[in-house]
Amino acid sequence: MIEIRALTKYFGSSLVLDRVDLDVARHEVVCLIGASGSGKSTLLRCINRLIEPDWGEIRIDGRTVTDPGWGRTGLQQRVGIVFQSYNLFPHMRVIDNITLAPRKVLRQSRAQAEEQALETLALFGMERFARAYPEQLSGGQQQRVALARALAGQPEVLLLDEVTAALDPELVGEVMEAIRSLKARGLTMVIVTHEMGFARDLADRVCFLDGGRIVEEAAPAQLFNAPEHPRTRQFLERLLEGGRL
Amino acid sequence: MIPDQPTTPPPPPRRRGFDWRRAFLPGLISAASILAVFGTLTWLITQNENWPRIQRQFFSVDHMLAALPRVAQGFLTNLQVWLIAMACIALWALVLAVVRSLRGPWFAPFRLMVMLYVDIFRGLPALLLVILFGFGIPALRIAGLPSSGLFWGGVAMVLSYSAYVCEIYRSGIDAVHEGQRSAARALGLNEGQVMLYAILPQALRNAVPSLMNIVVALQKDVALLSVIGVRDAVREAQIYTASTFNYSSLVVAALLFLLATIPMARLADWITHRDRKRRLQMAEET
Repeated sequence: MIEIRALTKYFGSSLVLDRVDLDVARHEVVCLIGASGSGKSTLLRCINRLIEPDWGEIRIDGRTVTDPGWGRTGLQQRVGIVFQSYNLFPHMRVIDNITLAPRKVLRQSRAQAEEQALETLALFGMERFARAYPEQLSGGQQQRVALARALAGQPEVLLLDEVTAALDPELVGEVMEAIRSLKARGLTMVIVTHEMGFARDLADRVCFLDGGRIVEEAAPAQLFNAPEHPRTRQFLERLLEGGRL
Repeated sequence: MIPDQPTTPPPPPRRRGFDWRRAFLPGLISAASILAVFGTLTWLITQNENWPRIQRQFFSVDHMLAALPRVAQGFLTNLQVWLIAMACIALWALVLAVVRSLRGPWFAPFRLMVMLYVDIFRGLPALLLVILFGFGIPALRIAGLPSSGLFWGGVAMVLSYSAYVCEIYRSGIDAVHEGQRSAARALGLNEGQVMLYAILPQALRNAVPSLMNIVVALQKDVALLSVIGVRDAVREAQIYTASTFNYSSLVVAALLFLLATIPMARLADWITHRDRKRRLQMAEET
């Protein structure tokens, strides 16, 4: 469903992504792991064009993301994203955060958009917070709202950018649970994460990035138990020493 | 010595009866010291041998009452100019700030224009602009253009102040976290919608305290129009002074200005405070 070829990106003169190839099949969940600065987030943000790569190509269902045929918002409708720091609009209630894009981009009526939003919120047990402002919610609740907002346009692909990294440890579980329910619904997901347990549990495939390249990709059992590449082994050993695995 | 760990939690502190000393003593001390300091100052000032002359020149109740109707009439002009100018400045500066924040190379000439505009009008004294526009443009006698000094003076105020307000808006826009823009773009909003729904509401909220300062400053600076002959409060007070050689009329004008500006500052604090509270309070009790 997603095909990435020779994706290359410089920030100034430093090479962040170095000829990355990656394929993601429909309904597949792919986790990107690696140290900070290895290019995971950049790769993710190239997929929905928040960052424009310098080289290479990304196709979704065979069509490059830069194709004008997507129309003004077609790509954003197909691909949703959730960020580490939630990035909810603080001046809008939960319900308005979620219905903004359906109303202004998809031109749905308010009633229709709100009905759908409440359904999505109910999926994450958040429907009773529809009238609250983001600041009144805990981090885990805000992140679940952000998930609901990303799903409002009914995307087929969801990009998750370290969505649990800003959360207190006791709140991580509720967000993971929400994401697990999305996998059960067959959503295609690309997930950048530092939670190895999460990757092991949820991913169909794990890619280890280092220095802007995918140096190893395998099923989670294989990658975590028997990493082939020395850099992967080193990374996992460090996590193990830090008690993060 | 450190006491042993008690077997049960210690009892809550006993509730004491209403303590008059605790309730009123600090207030009494404050009141007494204020009275002492201000009383001494008042006594020193009124004992000065020049005080009767000062009182006659600046604080003559008779002259104040005599001048009040005319000065108040002029002050109404101040308020009118102030309100109209405020509306024009708020809108025009917003246009400037949005143009200045547009991204993309095609907008470069417009961004440059706004930059030049802000540099020029912030760099010039408002007084110079008022005189230049208020006397200069009517003197051109161009058919079709209004020839009123009041109008052109007002235009000068709008041009000058909108340069400042544009910068306030813009810093409000810049203060909105980049992640908000990313989130809005990722939802498929176009550049204009990102601005309108995601960035501007937050930017304006950020800007309210600084904007209220500008509102107060503008209220006072409307008095600059008096130099081109607009009969505002200051002008009227001056006219009264010119015929009576008594300056109490200017004090009347000063009091009117304070009467308008002090509540405004309080209002600004209140708005900021209320907005913060509204967003923090729990809307949903579960």
